[in-house]
Amino acid sequence: MTGAVFAFIGLGVFLFIIVLVLIVAGMYNGLVRGRNETKNAWAQIDVQLKRRHDLIPNLVETVKGYAKHEQGTLQSVIAARAAAVGAPTVDARIAAEGQLTQALSRLMVVTESYPDLKANQNFLGLQEELTSTENKIAFARQAYNDAAMMYNTKIETFPSNLVAGNFGFKPEPLFQVSDEKERQAPQVKF
Amino acid sequence: MWEAIESNRRRSTLLVAGMGVLLLAMGSIIGVAIVPRSGWAGGLVVAFGVWVVLWLIAKFQGDRIMLSIAGAKKIEHADAPQLFNVVEEMVLASQLGKMPDIYVIPDDRPNAFAAGRTPETRVVAVTSGLLRLMSRDELQGVIAHEIGHHKNGDPALMILMGVMLGAIVLIAEIFLRSGFHRGRRSDRDRNGGGAEVALAIFAIVLAILAPVVARILYFACSRRREYLADASAARFTRYPEGLASALEKISVQFQANHEANRVLAPMYIINPMEALAAVGMFSTHPPTENRVKILRAMGGGVGYVDYDAAYRKITGKAGCIGKRTLAADTPAQGREATHLPPVETREVVVQRSREVGNLLGRMDGLVVMTCACGVGIKVPPGSPWASIPCPRCGRDNPVPKAAEPANPGEPIVYRRQGKGWDSFQCSCGASINLSPAFQGTSKSCDRCGRTITIT
Repeated sequence: MTGAVFAFIGLGVFLFIIVLVLIVAGMYNGLVRGRNETKNAWAQIDVQLKRRHDLIPNLVETVKGYAKHEQGTLQSVIAARAAAVGAPTVDARIAAEGQLTQALSRLMVVTESYPDLKANQNFLGLQEELTSTENKIAFARQAYNDAAMMYNTKIETFPSNLVAGNFGFKPEPLFQVSDEKERQAPQVKF
Repeated sequence: MWEAIESNRRRSTLLVAGMGVLLLAMGSIIGVAIVPRSGWAGGLVVAFGVWVVLWLIAKFQGDRIMLSIAGAKKIEHADAPQLFNVVEEMVLASQLGKMPDIYVIPDDRPNAFAAGRTPETRVVAVTSGLLRLMSRDELQGVIAHEIGHHKNGDPALMILMGVMLGAIVLIAEIFLRSGFHRGRRSDRDRNGGGAEVALAIFAIVLAILAPVVARILYFACSRRREYLADASAARFTRYPEGLASALEKISVQFQANHEANRVLAPMYIINPMEALAAVGMFSTHPPTENRVKILRAMGGGVGYVDYDAAYRKITGKAGCIGKRTLAADTPAQGREATHLPPVETREVVVQRSREVGNLLGRMDGLVVMTCACGVGIKVPPGSPWASIPCPRCGRDNPVPKAAEPANPGEPIVYRRQGKGWDSFQCSCGASINLSPAFQGTSKSCDRCGRTITIT
């Protein structure tokens, strides 16, 4: 009689443990998925920033031929690109990329007054690529923030916070948009 | 994002399950009515078999058949840079992962659709009319809607639903056209099987009603997914006005499309069968007017929560988005919408039309050349003329052609004209187009198979 009761309780405990392990495993996997999505989104931002670096020499070459009086603007684009490529720390890099964004939009404003340049097929192609790259940087940041915010919420809320705490999942920092105008406009229009 | 889809998928799963039960129940009862001895399992197995066969056909051929019916051509970045870039942007924003294949359909009516069940077979297709008509923001809205369909797993769901609907219609039709008579003969033979007569009548009623119910389920599911894709588009672009303005443009431009196949209709962004018509239980798409109003009533927010609130405000119904999706939604601010139509100068529109025209020409294997006076001239493949007079200024324009080599063993040589698009004829007469991105030193002719050296 007592043997049967113990067996019954033992079975109950055993099932309970199995269910618990399954739930914890599910949460753990969810957290890992969230972390991977966040990491992947971060990597995408990097890819797009590199793409922008690659576009600039070509763009400068094309503009140079038509807009000879804009040496200053061109120089600032080249300097900002060099600073971004050679930035030693992440913070320095973020600052330099911001400078580059501003220098590029100044250059695009300047090109407005050169109708010959705006009719150039090569320039039109580069302009579309630059617009798109700026968009992609903005969308990649947006995707990173979406992923990170979702992951952070999971880490901070019950019950997944228990699993997160025990396995060392840390919240990811969100991309802070310093410029209010930039926050409103993921699209850069020239 | 992954969890955000789940709750909506669960709602749709209920519709799929309902459809499945309907199919099997109908099969089972019709089975008993035709061959009473088979029991309930016989018809059920047959119905399941029909479903499996149709599913396999759809699985292995569906998308490609659809694209080839529409005459779609796959494009790369160099063919239509803006379209390609916009798709890339939306893939990034949605974290879809793998880029879908992009197709252009030569059709002047503006439209777009998403197809493909798996990440490897995903397709986004747009018509040339859409490319011609849309500004960049509007194109982005439309593409975001299609990428939203992919992100929400809609092509797979709608194929599953479509196949079940097809199986139900097929079985009901076959039964009503042939099984009927058999049922009557068996009454006569057995002389007074009252239960069997009742069963036969029940089966007939079911065979008439089941397809109707199945269609209602199918269309309900389809409409729900359209709203969800609109909500996703607003979230991805952070700019609901882009899609709203695009939908408005499309519905104004739309003439009833009688060519479009009924089967393809649910796949398009706007139902070609009834672009502006009243919408009831039997339409695949919600009324375009409502969709535009909802997108414009989001009040600066761009999240699923904002869309759901706008939906309730405009339609007066309960929300259209699953509870868990709303719970997982994070607040997001959009760009400000300018309620004015985007400023598009005539030059921009003309330039875009020219680009689309040239793209279509190249897709059709034409040699595209530009006369010194600016007129574009398109030469069909195999054209016998060595030069063509310009219709405007009368200048003679030689058709660029790779010369036949002096000795039979030597390669054919073509000298590139510049860095942009380059069209010329192979010495066999076939057209060859080199894109601005072409870096190679040789190209083989699709028709005669010989290698042409490019210098």
